[in-house]
Amino acid sequence: MPLDQNSPHDESLGASPGVSNVSRRGLLKGIVAVGGLVLAARILPPGPSVAQTAAYGAAAMPHGTVNAPSAFISIGKDGIVTIVCHRSEMGQGVRTGMPQIVADELEADWNKVRVVNATGDEEKYGNQDTDGSRSTRHFMKPMREAGAAARSMLEMTAAKRWGVEPGEVEARNHEIVHKASGRKFGYGELAEEAASLEVPANDELRLKTPDQFRYIGKGLPLADGFDISVGKAKYGFDTWMEGMKYAVVARPPVFGGKVVSVDDSEALKIPGVEKIVRIEGTPAPAKFQPLGGVAVIASNTWAAMKGRDALKITWDDGPHKSYDSEAFRQQMLETARKPAKVVRDDGDAETELGKAAKKIEAEYYLPHLAQAPMEPPAATTRIVDGKCEVWSCVQAPQVTRTDIAEKLGMKLEDVTVHVTLLGGGFGRKSKPDFAIESAILSKEMGGAPVKLLWTREDDIRHGYYHTVSAERIDAGLDANGKVTAWRHRSVAPTITSIFMPDTKHQGAFELGMGLVDVPFDIPNLRCENGEAEAHARIGWFRSVSNIPHAFAIQSFVAELAAAAGKDQKDFLLELLGPPRVAELKSLDTLWNYGESTKVYPVDVGRLRHVVELVADKAGWGRQVPKGHGLGIAAHRSFVTYVATVVETAVAEDGTLTIPRVDVAIDCGNVVNPERIRAQVEGACIMGLSLALSSEISFKDGRVVQGNYDDYLVARIDQAPREINVHIVPSNWDLAPGGVGEPGVPPFAPALTNAIFAATGKRIRTLPIGDQLKA
Amino acid sequence: MIKLSINGQEKQFDGDGEMPLLWYLRDQLGLTGTKFGCGIAACGACTVHLDGEAVRSCQTPISAAEGSAVTTIEGLDPEGNHPLQKAWRANNVPQCGYCQAGQIMQAAALLKQTPNPSDEDIDSAMWGNICRCGTYVRIRAAIRDAANGV
Repeated sequence: MPLDQNSPHDESLGASPGVSNVSRRGLLKGIVAVGGLVLAARILPPGPSVAQTAAYGAAAMPHGTVNAPSAFISIGKDGIVTIVCHRSEMGQGVRTGMPQIVADELEADWNKVRVVNATGDEEKYGNQDTDGSRSTRHFMKPMREAGAAARSMLEMTAAKRWGVEPGEVEARNHEIVHKASGRKFGYGELAEEAASLEVPANDELRLKTPDQFRYIGKGLPLADGFDISVGKAKYGFDTWMEGMKYAVVARPPVFGGKVVSVDDSEALKIPGVEKIVRIEGTPAPAKFQPLGGVAVIASNTWAAMKGRDALKITWDDGPHKSYDSEAFRQQMLETARKPAKVVRDDGDAETELGKAAKKIEAEYYLPHLAQAPMEPPAATTRIVDGKCEVWSCVQAPQVTRTDIAEKLGMKLEDVTVHVTLLGGGFGRKSKPDFAIESAILSKEMGGAPVKLLWTREDDIRHGYYHTVSAERIDAGLDANGKVTAWRHRSVAPTITSIFMPDTKHQGAFELGMGLVDVPFDIPNLRCENGEAEAHARIGWFRSVSNIPHAFAIQSFVAELAAAAGKDQKDFLLELLGPPRVAELKSLDTLWNYGESTKVYPVDVGRLRHVVELVADKAGWGRQVPKGHGLGIAAHRSFVTYVATVVETAVAEDGTLTIPRVDVAIDCGNVVNPERIRAQVEGACIMGLSLALSSEISFKDGRVVQGNYDDYLVARIDQAPREINVHIVPSNWDLAPGGVGEPGVPPFAPALTNAIFAATGKRIRTLPIGDQLKA
Repeated sequence: MIKLSINGQEKQFDGDGEMPLLWYLRDQLGLTGTKFGCGIAACGACTVHLDGEAVRSCQTPISAAEGSAVTTIEGLDPEGNHPLQKAWRANNVPQCGYCQAGQIMQAAALLKQTPNPSDEDIDSAMWGNICRCGTYVRIRAAIRDAANGV
């Protein structure tokens, strides 16, 4: 019952207002009504020729890309250009970056551009899995082509009206100009007629040259910046509609557990509580399905929470009831001490290790983590006249749609998933289990709108956790301190286990995140992967397996440098060897983030360059005050190259501060340097959290932590005083790399290497916690 | 019946006085700018002003707001022109943006009390506000800009 003018209802619910706060519903209606540029979509699913040969990049993703300007661009008679963003905005800036690319090729005036989010519909928009740092990588080209196609159609229309050759006209800032006479048409005047033209083929398009870009490469401000600053931006938690119910769910405390019995008599006495509903659990594999449990549906959130507290539930804890993180850690370390499945084998590392003048070994441990986005999972569903509508903060709206249609036994076309803004995602919201819960509950309520909320405890205790891992590296050095052999054993439960529960080895996509693609110039290099069973739902966490692999490798490089008595940066460059494409010769195939190694080779020269760049900018080797230290780490992930230098200061009592961080990033092309800087800054803070304090641990199958008071993430006083991001300028001969994730992996080892430089203490277990105290 | 003022408007609430102010604002008034983040006053996403002081609305029973003036992000400045809101935009502070209303409300209370905060003042006042996207360096810069009238 809204008492205020501020009812969110009239703001088109989940669909967030665009650049200038235009409601999506009103806008689309307007365009259809005025008959602007609305083109017939030409969808090009990956054809047989693509399917028969190896597919890479976007073509290897479900539904790939589409060649459909009309799906992404519409122009009203008033000249307003509406650009559809089909990827989810979770802070990475995609609602700014994607429209920026389209508007550039379209020669649109940015002030006349509006952004709306697509619903989940991959046949229309192409792949919508907003993860893997892929949006710009996969959609730069299709978005440029969409913009250029629409521009070309406007030019052709104007040329026809003037009776001149298309080559005599040119698009300039929202107008088509006849170059000889200076005559002009505004886009709005041409839109309707342009819409009747055939969409030009991609090979007929005249794409801009980089010197013609007006927006690409510029730090345009955030599309949603104003709305965020005044509290109007709408997230999954913020959906509101007349008659809406609120629900929370009591889930099994142990993964795989079940409800034995429930006494809901006290819960039903709470004013506002309307219904108690059992949600069936999902037998293994867990996939993206609900964990099951008991839902409390009420007239407001508070009543639902109180109702849940009043439930008396007896649980059967199931097969994972003895999962214990301390015991599991020992088990994983034991595994890492024994030979395991060989996943890369250059030369003869075993023999060379035996012959080495000096042998060095180290074991590293990294715990489970929770993504813990500031907005916990939330979704609202209503079902009216056989049509199901969902508003949710999901990274994969099309997966959400498919899973809900299946769960409710509805046809896909009867399910619509609206994407709200995401209050952070970091991989958690790639899994729509929470949206499925809301759909189940709406159905139970006869289709009434039900907003399903996760509390922070739900998020921390029932998540899809970053894996836990033990990493052991053995190296042999010759008499000159040169590394002749390297053997890395990695042990970690795999994400594949949520689909195939018995899987005990990391998948190619996990091994390919920094383990088997380590580009060192070492003749005898072996990687092994030991078995580990999953006892919780394992899921993607920003930068995924790169975190443990990079932490172990980049820490170990510094350990070797210290043992060889060499400078850490020089030693890292020595291990990388000369600029070249890394051969990785014993690998049959490299996952390579789904990309072709022809387009995206493992380019040692680029990795060396970011190391040298960051060392230069950070003043590597400079004198630092007593108690301070510099550390460096470099890592290629998501086909982007990042090197990080951390300066830390460790006080006598072990208190750690970070006066300065420098990061160099080479992501190929730069769309919005402001967003790249922001992503790298944020990645450093996320790396800082997992380095300093974050840990999810299990005892008796249950997650020990519950909220931000014991699952500790970095706060402002721990943040570096400065983070300087050095972006390698665009090279348009290169394809774009990822940006959202690659800043995370090098941060923790750069920090612990800095701690070593400052104190002589080597951190091999994360989080650092109290390890520096006395 | 609990009487209170929300963004300058008189309101009356008839219900469970233990209900946190947060849920009254969000569920009943539709003022969703104030966010839920933790429910235990550990993250600051729900920060509002109660008679000018920054409080965590998730741990403030509505009964404790009786007779008080509550200001939410929607009421901080009608046009969004509070110096902090302008500085937030100029510095492109937000990433996902979810915590930022709480950050701005906390910072507004800081500047009211300490118009020229030191770096230490900023860190200690903002300590309770988590940003998981990691915008802390820009939050500091925006607060300094607002304090300096940039």
